[in-house]
Amino acid sequence: MSEAHAGKHTNYLKIYIILMVLLVISILGPELGMPIVTLVSAFGIALVKALMVAAWFMHLNVEKKYIWFLIISSLLFIVAMWVGMAPDIMLWEGQNWRHCTPGTCVELTVPESRGLFGL
Amino acid sequence: MAFQAPVATDRCNTGISTGKLAIWILLASEIVIFGGLVAVYLLLRLHEGAAWGAEAAHTNVVAGAINTFILLTSSFFIVLAHQAAEQDDRKKAVKFMYLTLLCALGFLVVKAYEYTYEISHGYTWFRSNFWGFYYTATFIHASHVIAGGIAIFIAAQGVKVGYHMNRVEVCGIYWHFVDLVWIFLFPLLYIAK
Repeated sequence: MSEAHAGKHTNYLKIYIILMVLLVISILGPELGMPIVTLVSAFGIALVKALMVAAWFMHLNVEKKYIWFLIISSLLFIVAMWVGMAPDIMLWEGQNWRHCTPGTCVELTVPESRGLFGL
Repeated sequence: MAFQAPVATDRCNTGISTGKLAIWILLASEIVIFGGLVAVYLLLRLHEGAAWGAEAAHTNVVAGAINTFILLTSSFFIVLAHQAAEQDDRKKAVKFMYLTLLCALGFLVVKAYEYTYEISHGYTWFRSNFWGFYYTATFIHASHVIAGGIAIFIAAQGVKVGYHMNRVEVCGIYWHFVDLVWIFLFPLLYIAK
């Protein structure tokens, strides 16, 4: 069956109860209306819940380590995409460009191209 | 009744069964799909700020919370099904697989109610960037729920007669990923107003 279990039996009910408690906290936390509390309780707890599901339910805690590398490499591609796109989306101006009005068109200030070798 | 051992369990040159490796490779590609959506959502959200938040205020937190509870419970059921399959308790494994399917159905019913309410109140796909993301992300996610439900149903038919018991684990890994995606979508689309 599964070669991932090394004899230690996980108490899945305990993990499930912890996930439920974290869910309640993540819903009630943002009700306080404080941005830092919302960030920690909603997104921080989401990360913790995701890691718990990945480790205990998906058995990544006992899985071959190269599976972790497979998953992390996909995440690194997303980070690379973010890094590549963020300057264009997050900024209002840059080298040779700026938004003419916020959120609408982009004004180009690049000189007209003279083609190859200026011909 | 003797069945020939399937290749998915029999061959394991990589140290884990072929079927399990295949599902992990699939999930790595799914991470790029959903991760790409979420990354662009975050970029635009941080850029547009208050205007985005004003649109996000109209999502139904209660429905989102119910769906999160349903999916976490379904994850619990499918991992219990896997545990039962490992103990060769076919009846118990099938029972938990059907409970997972029931949860999937519940999720889709709540989602359908949400869509109906939001569309009837004018919050449609093309209303704003936020709603475009909302419907795209949740529709793609719901499609994965449907596909996972079909896979679990088909696997359960084999498990009933002790055939391809490894499929419980493989379906379970896929189903946990579907739950994982929702764990991130819920705060992004419902909580962060």
